[in-house]
Amino acid sequence: MNDVIEGRVWLFGDSVDTDNMYPGFAMRLPVEEAAKHVFYDLRPGWTDEVEPGDIVVAGKNFGIGSSRPVAQLFKQLGVAAVVAEEFNSLFFRNSINFGLPAVSIPGVAATIHDQDRARLDIREATIERLHDGALLRGTPIPDFVFDIVSGGGLLAKLAADGFLPGRITGTAGAGS
Amino acid sequence: MTIVEKILARACGQEHVNVGDVVVCEVDMTVLIDLQFATMWEPPTRIADPDRLAVVMDHAVPAPSVKDADGGVKARAFVREFGVARFFDVGRHGICHQVIAENGLARPGEILTCTDSHTCAGGAYNTAARGLGPLEVYSIMCTGETWFQVAPTIRYDLVGEKPKVLSGKDIFLYVAATYGDATNHNLEFGGPGLESVPMNDRRTIATQGAEVSADFTTFPADEVCRAFLDAHTDRPYEAAEPDPDADYAAVRQVDLSVLEPFVGRPGRVGNNAVPVSQIERRKVDQCFIGSCANGQLEDLRIAAEMLRGNRVAPGVRLIVTPASQAVYIDALRSGYLEILAEAGAVVTNSTCGACFGYHMGLLAAGEVCITASTRNFKGRMGSPDAEIYMASPYTVAAAAIAGRIVDPREVTAG
Repeated sequence: MNDVIEGRVWLFGDSVDTDNMYPGFAMRLPVEEAAKHVFYDLRPGWTDEVEPGDIVVAGKNFGIGSSRPVAQLFKQLGVAAVVAEEFNSLFFRNSINFGLPAVSIPGVAATIHDQDRARLDIREATIERLHDGALLRGTPIPDFVFDIVSGGGLLAKLAADGFLPGRITGTAGAGS
Repeated sequence: MTIVEKILARACGQEHVNVGDVVVCEVDMTVLIDLQFATMWEPPTRIADPDRLAVVMDHAVPAPSVKDADGGVKARAFVREFGVARFFDVGRHGICHQVIAENGLARPGEILTCTDSHTCAGGAYNTAARGLGPLEVYSIMCTGETWFQVAPTIRYDLVGEKPKVLSGKDIFLYVAATYGDATNHNLEFGGPGLESVPMNDRRTIATQGAEVSADFTTFPADEVCRAFLDAHTDRPYEAAEPDPDADYAAVRQVDLSVLEPFVGRPGRVGNNAVPVSQIERRKVDQCFIGSCANGQLEDLRIAAEMLRGNRVAPGVRLIVTPASQAVYIDALRSGYLEILAEAGAVVTNSTCGACFGYHMGLLAAGEVCITASTRNFKGRMGSPDAEIYMASPYTVAAAAIAGRIVDPREVTAG
């Protein structure tokens, strides 16, 4: 994982819930199919527009709701990182565990606009609006948590520790 | 320290923890659900301890698809291979948080994790219980531990006596309406009014902590709680009481004696619920009483009490889902299911089904539902163009009889 990434921003509002990102009906589908329904009601057609390397930025309380692993769908779509004013803790943990960088940066949803290009420093928890250099700073995630995400998520860690059968060792699992 | 801080400190082997600390804790009990096996399951090479593990078939049972049926095959093979004695297969199953309660798996002073966001339900029993994603629960199954970052705690002091018609759902909806979301905070309930709140209502409140985005929701192990635990566990436990000088992010008082029933408006409950006297009296198409929050025996008793001698209004569907097979049997023996069925309700098997819009009771575009389940997100129970109100079993049963949202105190048993 690169600590610093540059990408196009997709901006979402406050309290976007898991059922909007991973609707119940999509839970019946394989991951590749389920990923086509992210934001199915909030922003229909988004999954046709998002490209690998893009960054999802959201407001407060991002990801309130279920344990269903939205991060797995974001990874499937190639989303490079999620940044929010504030994360629901279950959603945050799911992201980290699936190897999807998640960074809290207060003020981000008011400063970074949809379709802006931004430079995100995951280690330092900063985001820079590339066209004018505006810079915002959040609280870096704890070292211990950073190590999980930078190592590719929990499955990679479990594989390295010998908990997984050989055939899925090193795949970082269904998440990546 | 607060209740959660006490439990985390003990579990990580420290004298004290502070808000913001990252701690690695032994997990006392981990619960896997059927969806985990149906979606991303590979058998591990080894697990930490089969006695600190349970497997519950609940979200999609009996299997509504071949994918879910395949998950059942994997779950059964796993418990056999690894000697997991606590396996709650279809027929002796229930919604995991009900099964956890019935079998004494949420215990005072301990840590409980499970692959469902409403695992905070276990907080009713003085347990630091929370939902985690499928990979993390898998990891805990393997290693027996995980990490937590200690969040600040909001304290709710309950005072006054709870009126009979007021349920845990109403208390929660009042809190959500008044104080909004509690993202990255824990909730702690206590105070002299708590003794008038029975365990089923405490579990509704604890379950719904997830709906205001809280981390852990806890209650003290008072006499009411201990009486419940005496009937469900014979292993000794060490309860966690908050210190008198515990440091809270906020302390809020709730006078139960003056609260009236609340109704949550569609979409979310945080800052989005009102007293029933102020709610729009919408016509309803579907009413639902069930889920880990409100499919308990007392919820079914309330539904039966309201429906006895009454009928479900023409054009309205009332779905009732017992939270477990044990609740189903108890409600059957008590005559509740007969009353409900005769009144025109559909009583289903125990499952998470209708609550999460997966395999039964889905809503069409334009329909209005009032539910005593866990969650009223847009699209949660079917079409994103349906509207989902949330209320107590009393209020939902009253709506089923009246055909529209009404004050349950206006509807008398027939």
